[in-house]
Amino acid sequence: MSPIPIDAHVRLAPALRLQWEAAQECHVLLYPEGMVQLNPSAAAILELCDGLHTFRDIVGTLAARFPEAGDLSDDVAEFIDVASHRGWVRVR
Amino acid sequence: MSADGATAIAGPRWLLAELTYACPLQCPYCSNPLDYATHGEELGTEDWRRVLREARALGALQLGLSGGEPLVRPDLDALVREARTLGYYSNLITSGYGLDDARVAALREAGLDHIQISFQAPGQELNDRIAGTRTWAHKVDMARAVKRHGFPMVLCFVIYRDNIAQIGEMLALAETLEADYVELATVQYYGWAARNRARLLPTLEQVREAETAVQAWRAARSGSATKVYFVVPDYYEKRPKPCMNGWGSVFLTVTPDGLALPCHAARQLPGLAFPDLRTSSVHEAWYASDAFNRFRGRDWMREPCRSCPEQEQDFGGCRCQAYLYTGDPANTDPVCEHSPLRGRIDAAIAEAAATPREFPLLFRNARNSRRGAAASGSGAGVTPA
Repeated sequence: MSPIPIDAHVRLAPALRLQWEAAQECHVLLYPEGMVQLNPSAAAILELCDGLHTFRDIVGTLAARFPEAGDLSDDVAEFIDVASHRGWVRVR
Repeated sequence: MSADGATAIAGPRWLLAELTYACPLQCPYCSNPLDYATHGEELGTEDWRRVLREARALGALQLGLSGGEPLVRPDLDALVREARTLGYYSNLITSGYGLDDARVAALREAGLDHIQISFQAPGQELNDRIAGTRTWAHKVDMARAVKRHGFPMVLCFVIYRDNIAQIGEMLALAETLEADYVELATVQYYGWAARNRARLLPTLEQVREAETAVQAWRAARSGSATKVYFVVPDYYEKRPKPCMNGWGSVFLTVTPDGLALPCHAARQLPGLAFPDLRTSSVHEAWYASDAFNRFRGRDWMREPCRSCPEQEQDFGGCRCQAYLYTGDPANTDPVCEHSPLRGRIDAAIAEAAATPREFPLLFRNARNSRRGAAASGSGAGVTPA
């Protein structure tokens, strides 16, 4: 059971910036005086956390992009829950 | 990892641009070199633009705009704009002096990502006495302006003997000002701080009380939007800090006069010719200079580091601390309990404990800098054996 309401909007926290880094060959999340490297699935989710997409939109978009992956809603919910606790995203 | 193949060396990730040594404040714990007033002319705007470009091309991503007081530079907005265009995440590290509402707005518009304001204490009297200037009220105003303009904000409280008992007040002030992060930044004893160490270093008992205060605040305010970072002074640890995550590994400092350094305190180290970025590219400095390769990897290590299983965790600690306490930057950081010279750190702790509060502080200003440079050069440590 997803802890995130399906029509909740998710957006990156205002202090953060998501960016592709050629030198590191990955997306990175930048915040005051620090950064984390993201794996491709984390980056794919965070790219959709723009405050316009709902949780349902995010899962739907990813399912269309990765049809072989099966039902993604639990994985995406879990990631957004962790990201929210780390202060990376705001869920509204 | 050996440092002999350029392909094995990763590029820098952090660029600390010390735009100027000029600063209206006189903090006696400043990390700038004691002889800062005797160094040469500052890099111009075009040189800084080139340094930003070249470091970014090597992979530098986090940019610290520091000093001195970086707001003294009239071209700060232009450099921020350049940094944003290049894709840096740019951090302004400031005392708040020289900031006003319009300038905060202009920096936001230029693309600055974050502002860190440093406080000397959580109250006017001690703040202004240690800063050597009346800055308290303005700092508080500017912290509000920073948030009003939508910046993420770090408040940095530098921790030393006189204010370490005020952790609760610091955290309360930070929360009131809506800081996103609070750094309780224990003084690092380099530069002016090394010169004033006996007067500034807190006791172990004070440090433990401060840790308790931080834990109590975290427990009581677990839902707070303000995150707290507190690092205890390494003098009270048994292992050295992994300084700069290893020499020439991720961190690049550029001094106001254009020297490339592996850390902001390295300028004092003897026997190293640091590359001058007026004549050298950042690429040459990072990959090819003797100074950046000298302590890369572990081939340079001596015992007890050479055979230590923890050498990949702490990289032998801090080269500057090794120099200040042992006279040789290739020695093990004497903070380590395996260092045969650990007793010198313990002696410094005992010296500080015996130093009364009335003992005078040497304030950081150009007059003291010139006088000190003339008297003793830039060294500030325990006399080498």
